[in-house]
Amino acid sequence: MVGLSQYLIVAAALFSLGVVGLFLNRKNVITILMCVELILLAVNINLVAFSHFLNDLSGQIFVFFVLTVAACEVAVGLAILVNFHRLRSSIETEDINTLQG
Amino acid sequence: MLETVFFNLFAGLAIVSGIGVVLSRNTMHSVMFLIFCFFNASGLFFLLDAEFLGIILILIYVGAVMVLFMFVIMMLEVNVAKLKEGVVQYLPVGGVIAVLLLIEFVAAASSGVFTQGTKASTAHLGQQVNNTAEIGQILYTKYLLGFEIAAIILLVALVGAIVLTIRERKDAKYQNITAQVKVRREDRVRKVRM
Amino acid sequence: MQETAIMLSTTELLAIPGLPLLAALIVGLFGWVLKEQLSHTITSGSVILSALLSIHVFMQVLDGASFYGDFWTWMISPGFGANPHEFIVPVGMMIDRLTAIMMIVVTVVSACVHIYTIGYMHGDPGYSRFFSYISGFTFSMLVLVMGNNFFTLFFGWEAVGLVSYLLIGFWFKRESAIYASLKAFIVNRVGDFGFLIGVLAIWYYFGSFDYKTVFGMVPAFVQQGHVLSFMGWEMTAVTFICLSLFVGAIGKSGQVPLHVWLPDSMEGPTPISALIHAATMVTAGVFMVARCSPIFEFSDTALAAVTLVGAITAWMCATIGLVQNDIKRVIAYSTCSQLGYMFVACGVSAYSVAIFHLMTHAFFKALLFLAAGSVIHAVMANQDLRNMGQLRKYMPITYITMLIAGLALAGVPPFAGFWSKDLIIEATMVREMGWIGDFASFAVLSAVFMTAFYTFRMFFLTFHNSDRVPAEVKSHVHESPKVITIPLMILATGALAAGAWGVLGLDIANPEIANGYFGTSLFVLDAHNPLMMIAEEGEGNGWYHFIFTAPFWLAMGGIGLAYAMYYRETELPAKMVAISPALHRFLLNKWYWDELYEVVFIRSAQRLGNFFWKSADLGMIDKGLIHGGIIDSIATGAARMRQMQSGFVYHYAFAMVIGVFGMLTYLLLKA
Repeated sequence: MVGLSQYLIVAAALFSLGVVGLFLNRKNVITILMCVELILLAVNINLVAFSHFLNDLSGQIFVFFVLTVAACEVAVGLAILVNFHRLRSSIETEDINTLQG
Repeated sequence: MLETVFFNLFAGLAIVSGIGVVLSRNTMHSVMFLIFCFFNASGLFFLLDAEFLGIILILIYVGAVMVLFMFVIMMLEVNVAKLKEGVVQYLPVGGVIAVLLLIEFVAAASSGVFTQGTKASTAHLGQQVNNTAEIGQILYTKYLLGFEIAAIILLVALVGAIVLTIRERKDAKYQNITAQVKVRREDRVRKVRM
Repeated sequence: MQETAIMLSTTELLAIPGLPLLAALIVGLFGWVLKEQLSHTITSGSVILSALLSIHVFMQVLDGASFYGDFWTWMISPGFGANPHEFIVPVGMMIDRLTAIMMIVVTVVSACVHIYTIGYMHGDPGYSRFFSYISGFTFSMLVLVMGNNFFTLFFGWEAVGLVSYLLIGFWFKRESAIYASLKAFIVNRVGDFGFLIGVLAIWYYFGSFDYKTVFGMVPAFVQQGHVLSFMGWEMTAVTFICLSLFVGAIGKSGQVPLHVWLPDSMEGPTPISALIHAATMVTAGVFMVARCSPIFEFSDTALAAVTLVGAITAWMCATIGLVQNDIKRVIAYSTCSQLGYMFVACGVSAYSVAIFHLMTHAFFKALLFLAAGSVIHAVMANQDLRNMGQLRKYMPITYITMLIAGLALAGVPPFAGFWSKDLIIEATMVREMGWIGDFASFAVLSAVFMTAFYTFRMFFLTFHNSDRVPAEVKSHVHESPKVITIPLMILATGALAAGAWGVLGLDIANPEIANGYFGTSLFVLDAHNPLMMIAEEGEGNGWYHFIFTAPFWLAMGGIGLAYAMYYRETELPAKMVAISPALHRFLLNKWYWDELYEVVFIRSAQRLGNFFWKSADLGMIDKGLIHGGIIDSIATGAARMRQMQSGFVYHYAFAMVIGVFGMLTYLLLKA
């Protein structure tokens, strides 16, 4: 019998993987975006699991909205990235530091 | 029993592909791994009686978002060789944090706090309830405002992405609506001879 | 003294200070557009009117009128702390015998000075400003003397200090004038600090500022015997109050040790030296002590202090005046000395005589200053006595009026000074006050000799002796215009007659104060009353009395010595200096008081300021304590903090993850 805890553990693992990926990838902005997607996926799994075990459908509705926003975010993020590439011809995160204080 | 098998399968493959996303050198491979991860997550959703969301995940996330990723990767001609330098340098700190985070999550999850409010045995509702219909029923009534706002967010993202990346070609002719509306009779009409 | 039903008219009383105030404001604000003619007409006219009204009030007061009332309450504040009294500051007037005589002195001298100024300051660019100031001064002084409570007194006190500062520094483009005005104000401030403490102590103990209330409560208060102890010293509350008030008088009236500002105040134009630093402002201290006689009488310590300070000043300033070379400085030191006389009189409880001397002194001292001003006007501001001489030929009126003033100051009968000075000396000698009384007697007697000497030394050097006037000035020397000489003549009349009139006409020196002129406005304990003692000794006040008294002969001796030394040019002055050049220098340098203050106070203050600047400000804040100083450390800290804004997104993401981690830990541990 698969309990709630198992689903939560899976989601936690995916979340941590996403975090690790954020740190490891200095050379590639796209990988960073993908790790963000991983994190969002982990959250979605959490939400749906809770929705199922608490018998409340609002968890799934929430996933709906998270999905929408994640898609928008990717679209705009990639647009910015494309623009940046046009200017600098590089997508290394280490070059993206002109806003430093 | 079958459920446990499928759960372990989907969960394990999701985690493995997650590792693949993080560690692979080729960006294209990372995307592929991520797509695979999404498929497995969708499977998990199915196991949780959320068919609609499972399908939506495939359709939208994989079908649109990941495709967008692939477009951008192929367009930007990422230089593979220079990547993955300096990974080891940052591994310790990040790894430690992530492991600690994982431990904390697991501790929280298995502490039994979250299972208190749950039904002891949740019968899968199966064919009696159509997940799509159910979602539809509350999405368009109780969460209507959120729905509309989500639509507006999508619109904003759409317009934003276009505005950010549009380039006007120098030799193409475009209309300047503002100038057209502001025009005056004196600029266009000249009395030559009556 | 019965209180009759004659009430003074409030309008008249308000007009007396109000007219000069109005004139001062009008001319002060619009002087730049009014011509000279209009400025001096408005101000002089208002002050002359004020003088006439004062004379009228005086005559009514002689008939028994009086006034006591509040016009307005300035502030009411509930009591605080352990003190249950409410802090009420009323603004009101009290007109009694003492006030009336002071009003006459102030307004008449002010009127004379206004007229004199028309001639003296003619052509000066600050003409209107000057008139505005002296009218403003008249107003302030009148408020001071007419008030019915300590706060109105204090307001007038401060206001005259302010106007004095403005007037001493009138020619503000002159550096020495600026320094002198600042010195006057600051030294005055030191005195005012003590005065304010006294006024507030009065409120603290009596709960009111009102004269009648406070004076009424004093006998009972003394019975209760409140005592202040401070570091092992004990002092009765009454003594403390009186001494604090007296500190204010020391500052205002130029007594030792706060006398240093008065000679420097001669930087101001001569009319104000006459008005402020001879006749009126400096006498505010004497007036205040006399007004507070109901309090002073109950404190023997305070009276002894007053006598001692007055005696020291009288004697010391007379010695300094012996050798000064500036004509105005001689007269300035003479003022300090005469004020010392007045305080000695107050100290021996002869308040009526002190006020009497105040009145006569106002006339002849103002006259002396104005005559000196006339001389200065003629010799084009060469004030050094060594550059004058034989001016008698050119300035007869000034000559005669200054002679009258000099004789009055020296105390030759029947001139004014004799009557009052003589009474002071007798009162001092009669009153038993231990070693202080003996010293005071010695001081006032020797000062008579010295006063006569230096007055006539100045007189002879100016008008007789040999002609040392420089050539370029000679052509300018002439008698001053009528506008200057007429006030001289008016004041000369006063210098001649005021004394006799006071004693014979007003009965000022009646031993029983209550029956004499002053009535209930002064208070003397019977045990102290020196005039009573004089009367008891049976020598009386007959006019022939003077021939047998020491002061008369001392005065004659002083005049005689001055005549011998200075009437013609002789070797005697040089020989006297040669006897002891060091002593001469000591006196010439004013007993080195200014140098003493420089070393004790000024250098310490400068060193303290330097310390705070270099060590505290520069050292700690700009440089030292934290390495690089506070400013630098802020800059360094900010620079370090700025490094957090690296611009790298993954740094920010990392920070976010750390934050999540932290929150999670916290929640886990809490549960």
